[in-house]
Amino acid sequence: MDAFIGHKPDAVNAHSGQAASTPSWQHDGVTIDPSRYVTETEDGLAQLHLIVENIECAACVQRIERGLLKLPAIDYARVNLSTHRLTVRWDEAQLHPAGILEKLMKMGFDAKPFDPSFQESATDDDTDLLRCLGVAGFAAANVMLISVSVWAGLVSDMGPGTRGLFHWISALIVLPAVAYAGRPFFKSALTAIRAGHLNMDVPISLAVLLACGMSIAESFANAEHVFFDAAAMLLFFLLIGRYLDRRARSQARSAAQNLLSLRTSAATVLDDDGGQTLLPIHEIAPDMRVLVTAGARVPVDGVVEEGQTTIDTSMVTGESLPRESTKGEAVFAGTMNLTAPITVRVTKSDQDTLLSEIVRLMEEAEQGRASYVRLADRAAQIYAPAVHGLALLTFLAWWLVGGVAWQDSLFTAIAVLIITCPCALGLAVPVVQVVAVGQLLKQGVLVKAAEALERLALIDTVVFDKTGTLTTGALTLVNRDDILPEDLALAASIAAASRHPLSRALAREAGTVAALQGVVEHPGSGLLAEREGQMIRLGNRVWCGVTDEGGAHAYSEIWLKRGGAKPVAFLFQDEIREDARAVVQAFHQRGMQVELLSGDREDVVRPFADALGIDTWSAQAQPQDKIVRLNALREEGRQVLMVGDGINDAPALAAANVSLSPSSASDVSQAAADFVFQGGRLAAAVTLYDVAVKSKSLIMQNYGHAFIYNVIAVPLAMLGYVTPLLAAFAMSASSLVVTGNAMRLYRMQKVSK
Amino acid sequence: MTALIYLLPIALLMGFIGLIAFLWSLKSGQMDDLEGAANRILFDDEEDEMSTDESKET
Repeated sequence: MDAFIGHKPDAVNAHSGQAASTPSWQHDGVTIDPSRYVTETEDGLAQLHLIVENIECAACVQRIERGLLKLPAIDYARVNLSTHRLTVRWDEAQLHPAGILEKLMKMGFDAKPFDPSFQESATDDDTDLLRCLGVAGFAAANVMLISVSVWAGLVSDMGPGTRGLFHWISALIVLPAVAYAGRPFFKSALTAIRAGHLNMDVPISLAVLLACGMSIAESFANAEHVFFDAAAMLLFFLLIGRYLDRRARSQARSAAQNLLSLRTSAATVLDDDGGQTLLPIHEIAPDMRVLVTAGARVPVDGVVEEGQTTIDTSMVTGESLPRESTKGEAVFAGTMNLTAPITVRVTKSDQDTLLSEIVRLMEEAEQGRASYVRLADRAAQIYAPAVHGLALLTFLAWWLVGGVAWQDSLFTAIAVLIITCPCALGLAVPVVQVVAVGQLLKQGVLVKAAEALERLALIDTVVFDKTGTLTTGALTLVNRDDILPEDLALAASIAAASRHPLSRALAREAGTVAALQGVVEHPGSGLLAEREGQMIRLGNRVWCGVTDEGGAHAYSEIWLKRGGAKPVAFLFQDEIREDARAVVQAFHQRGMQVELLSGDREDVVRPFADALGIDTWSAQAQPQDKIVRLNALREEGRQVLMVGDGINDAPALAAANVSLSPSSASDVSQAAADFVFQGGRLAAAVTLYDVAVKSKSLIMQNYGHAFIYNVIAVPLAMLGYVTPLLAAFAMSASSLVVTGNAMRLYRMQKVSK
Repeated sequence: MTALIYLLPIALLMGFIGLIAFLWSLKSGQMDDLEGAANRILFDDEEDEMSTDESKET
C-alpha cells in the first residue's frame, strides 16, 4: 500500500509538532533524524552519507549534484551510481542536515541517511584485491615479454648466458609480485589447513610457491626451463576470478546494507503534561504513550488509547483488507496507520514486539542456506586431494620406479601441480555468475547473494504468499457494471478527500474527478458531504443505514447514500497480478509443485487459489505456520523457492532454500530474500529461474571443460612432456574457453525476449 | 644483444609506470563507481545547459 500512501513530510510536522526543535525526516512513515548520521571531515565540514534509492541515470546524478551545489552552504556533493549513495559535505553552521533532505525531496528524490561505518571494512578488502590484481597483471605481462624471447631463443641462437640473465630478470619481477599478490590465496590456504581441511587455495598456493622455488633452483643451475611466467599468470587469472566473485558479493551486500539502514527509527513519546519527545525505538519502554500520525508506521506493539483509525496490517499478517481500530484494540509494530492520528499505550518493549519476534524467527530459520555447499567448494573438495595425489604419485613413480634422480622427479611432479592448477576451475563459477547477475539486473532483478543462483537451479517446489505477491496489494472495483457512472463520479469526488485505502481505490477507479468541497470525515465510519442541499454519505454499512446482511463475500465494500435514496454498494477486491496465472502455469510446466501460503482469511484464499490453478494452499497461516510448512517440505526432501513480501513472510523467506521478494515488499523481507525484483511483473520469477538453470548448466560445462583439459594435460605432465610454453598456452586457452562459454548467457537472454 | 641493456629497462619502466598509474587511480577512488563514471562523460560542463530544468525548483 506504500505506493499510494506516499511520503508526506507535511503530515509529520503538522501532527507531531517536532519541527522546531529537531527537524527530522520521514521515510515510510518512520521518522528519521539525519543529524545523528552527520560526521565531521578533517577540514571542519559536516559530512553526511545518504541512500537515494531512485537514482537511475546520468541525468539524476547531474540534477542531484548541481541542485545541491546551488545551495551556498554545500561544498561537495557526489553521487555513486553503483551503490545509489550520495556523499554531501557542507558547512553545518549555515544549514541543518534536514535542509539537504528537503532540497532533495523538492527535486523528487527520496533520500535517507546511511551509516558509513557499515561498509568500510568490506571496501578495504575489495581495494586490496584490486591492488593485488594490478600487481599480478603487471608481473604477468612483463614476465611474458621476457619468456617469449626465451622460448624463441630455445629454437634459435640465444646463448646460455643471455638465457640465464633473462631467467634472473623474470625472478626479479615475479618473486616480489607473488609475495604481494599471492597473499589472498596464501592466507586462505593457511586458514583452511589450520582448520584441518582442504580448499581450492591450498593447491593454488602450493603450485605457485613450488613453481617459484623450483624455478629459482633451475636458474641457479642455468637450466632451460623455468616456470616464473606460469606462477605469475596463474595468480593473475585466479585473481580475476576472485575479484569478479567478490564484486558480485559486495554489490549484493551494499544492497542489503541499504535495506538494513532503513530500520533505524524513532517514535514520538507523549509526556503526562502533553509535551512530546522523539526517542529512538530501543529506548521505548512499556507503559509509555506514543503518538502515531496518519500515514505513519506504528513503531511499537501496544493498545490504542485515544483515537479511531484504520490500520493496514497486510505487511504483518498478510490480510488484504485494512482493519478499523478503536480504543482498547491492540496494534502491532510494522503496521501502517492510515486515516487518523492515534495515541498508543506501549505494552511491549522493542525487543519483545511482534516485529522483533519475526526477526528472531528469521535468524533461527536460516538453515536452507547454511546447509548449502557452493559448487566451487564442492569441486575443490574433489579436486584438491586428486591433484595432490597425482603429483605425489608422479614423484614416487619417477623416483622409485623410473630410477630418476629425486630432483628431476620433483621437477616433473611440480609440473603436474602447475598444469592442473585451476585457471579454468577458478574462473568457471565467477564469470558465469557475473554475466548472469548483470543480465538479471538489466531485467530489474537484484541478486543479493551470488550463490543463490546455484541454489535456485535446484528447486522443485515454489511457495507463494498471496497479498502483495500474487496480488498487487491494490484494491480494484469488482462490480463496476452494476453502478451508474454518475454514482461512481459522485462517490469518487467525495472519496478524494480521504486517505482511507478504499477511498483512494475508489478515487483511482473513477479517473480524474474534481474533489468536492466541505467533506467531513468521521474516522471509522465514513464521509459526509452536502451537495445541492442534499446530504450525501459515503462509508460503511452502518453509516449508510444498510440493514440487510447481503450474505458473506470475499470483498470489501463501501456504500454511497444520497438523501433518502437507496444506498449503492461498491465492492472491492485485491487485484491479482496480471501475469500471476501465467507464472503459476510456467512453474507447473517446469515440473514444479506450486503452493500458496497465505495469512488471509480462508474464504478469500480458496477462490483465489482456484482461479490460479493452485491445488495446495493454506489460509490464516501465522509466520510460525509458514516455517512449519517449509520444514515439512524440506523433510520430504524438497528444495523450496519462497516468494513473499510481507513482514510475516520474512521468517519463511529465510527458512526456504532460496527466496524472492518484490521491491514493494517490507524492508525486513527484502533484507531476508536472496532476490528482489522490481516493477509489477511477477514473470521476473520465471526468467530468474530460467537464468539460474542456464547458469548452472554453463558452470557444469565449464567444469566439464576443465576436466577434459586435465585429462589431456595431466598424463602429458606426468610423463614429463610439459614445458613452460605448453603450460602458458594451456592456461590461457582454458581460461578463454571458460569465459567465452559464460558469454553465451547473453545470447540466451536475447532469444528469450 | 647489447640493445637489451637499455631496451629491457625501458620496457620494464613502462610497465612499472602503468602499474603506478593503476595503483594511483585506485587510491584516488576512481574505481569506486564504475557505473557513474560511464555516465558522467555525458555531462556538459556548461551550467546554462540545465538552466531550464533547474529554474523551476528554486
